[in-house]
Amino acid sequence: MSISNRVIAIIAEQAVLEPSDVTPESTLEDLGIDSLGLVESIFAIEEEFDITIPFNANEPEASDFDISNVAAIIAGIEKLVSEKV
Amino acid sequence: MKRVVITGAGTINALGHCVADTLEAMREGRCGIGELEFRDVDRLAIKIGGQVRGFEAEGRFNRQQMTLYDRFTQFTLTAAKEAIDQSGIEFHGDLAARSGVVLGTAGGGVSTWDDNYRSVYEDGKNRVHPFVVPKLMNNAAASHVSMEYNLKGPSFTVSTACASSNHAMALAFSMVRSGAAPAMVTGGSESMLCFGGVKAWEGLRVMSKDACRPFSGNRNGMVQGEGAGIFVFEEYDHARARGANILCEVVGFAMSSDAADIVMPSKQGAARAMSGALADAGINPDQVGYINAHGTGTAANDKTECAAVAGVFGTHADTLMISSTKSMHGHLIGGTGAVELLACIMALRDGIIAPTIGYEEADPECALDVVPNEAREADVDVALTNAFAFGGLNAVLALRKV
Repeated sequence: MSISNRVIAIIAEQAVLEPSDVTPESTLEDLGIDSLGLVESIFAIEEEFDITIPFNANEPEASDFDISNVAAIIAGIEKLVSEKV
Repeated sequence: MKRVVITGAGTINALGHCVADTLEAMREGRCGIGELEFRDVDRLAIKIGGQVRGFEAEGRFNRQQMTLYDRFTQFTLTAAKEAIDQSGIEFHGDLAARSGVVLGTAGGGVSTWDDNYRSVYEDGKNRVHPFVVPKLMNNAAASHVSMEYNLKGPSFTVSTACASSNHAMALAFSMVRSGAAPAMVTGGSESMLCFGGVKAWEGLRVMSKDACRPFSGNRNGMVQGEGAGIFVFEEYDHARARGANILCEVVGFAMSSDAADIVMPSKQGAARAMSGALADAGINPDQVGYINAHGTGTAANDKTECAAVAGVFGTHADTLMISSTKSMHGHLIGGTGAVELLACIMALRDGIIAPTIGYEEADPECALDVVPNEAREADVDVALTNAFAFGGLNAVLALRKV
């Protein structure tokens, strides 16, 4: 499965939706994922890809990790996975 | 109803091993937060905290005591000795039979759990020390204080996360005020600065990697601390009759529950706790000169707390002072309200307001006088101390100059 599909599967599970309901344009708010759900999703993604995502819930916009929509999250993860040695 | 006064105070925390040193550090706006030092710290993403340094249990406690005292109990007994020595109170006869100990802690013997899990899981040992359970239990500290000082009345431990100490002190206060107990030893203690304790907090992603900057526009999270604060709450006539030195009076409290979210704070819950404490004390909002804030330095707490203060105090919110000493000693979790009560005592007794250090830029959502970076002299008659816990459990105490 591609990185994109794996991320979408994790986000869909968190949102209690089918993966087909999660589009690249979806925002976390659209999907009904709150701040606690976001922190859980990030944990699940870190575990799935064995990466560390630089995310501080106090300053989400300051983190070097864009969470503005699903496409941005996938792009950020693809970058982190590619940087992994 | 009886009047209730504080006749003894003791502490150990990152700012000092006694009240005098702690208050001096608060006056000078000194920061006790630094690099954490303990086993496996290199595996943590969060490497700073308000750690108690230079505290050697050896020599202070004997071998048998050491096998029974987790670090949170050691902190408690150290602070209790200072408080009870200062108070000069001695518990005998009827006084002993009716006086007790109510303490707060969120985690109890966290490092005892940590050390022994490591031993059986990581090191593969199949045997642990026989006293692991009595050492780690949350009531261990309260029980040892009761044994050490012959306190035979109601004693127990309250655990409400970051509000544990305030809930404990509020209960102790109400027991003395009602006449149920002539005196109570109260406060709280926490010692979570070990690998497992910090790792658990790290998971929430609310911790700062560099500093605790409450109310500052560039704040980026909380920083853990450790230590204890212990007080003697005593019925006023009892204290006067024995010529005790009175530090201040406790005049009211309120507890409230948000009944909303397990981690996100509620403005309404915080406001109800503050206004409830004022009502319980029979105090008008405009009499309050200082609030020791919960002020964790997280995005969520600080703006919610400021909004709640603005709601309760109206235009007087622009006049009163509110500071968070967590910027200096870190967040002692279940022990934090107890150490922070010292800042209220300093405001009322010494007329010195502890600052919020690390304040670097204004935040329009925290537009109150947060006493930035430098302590200030002010004549304060009434102070509040706030604690708003995970789980939405809030407790606020009101104190008055005597």
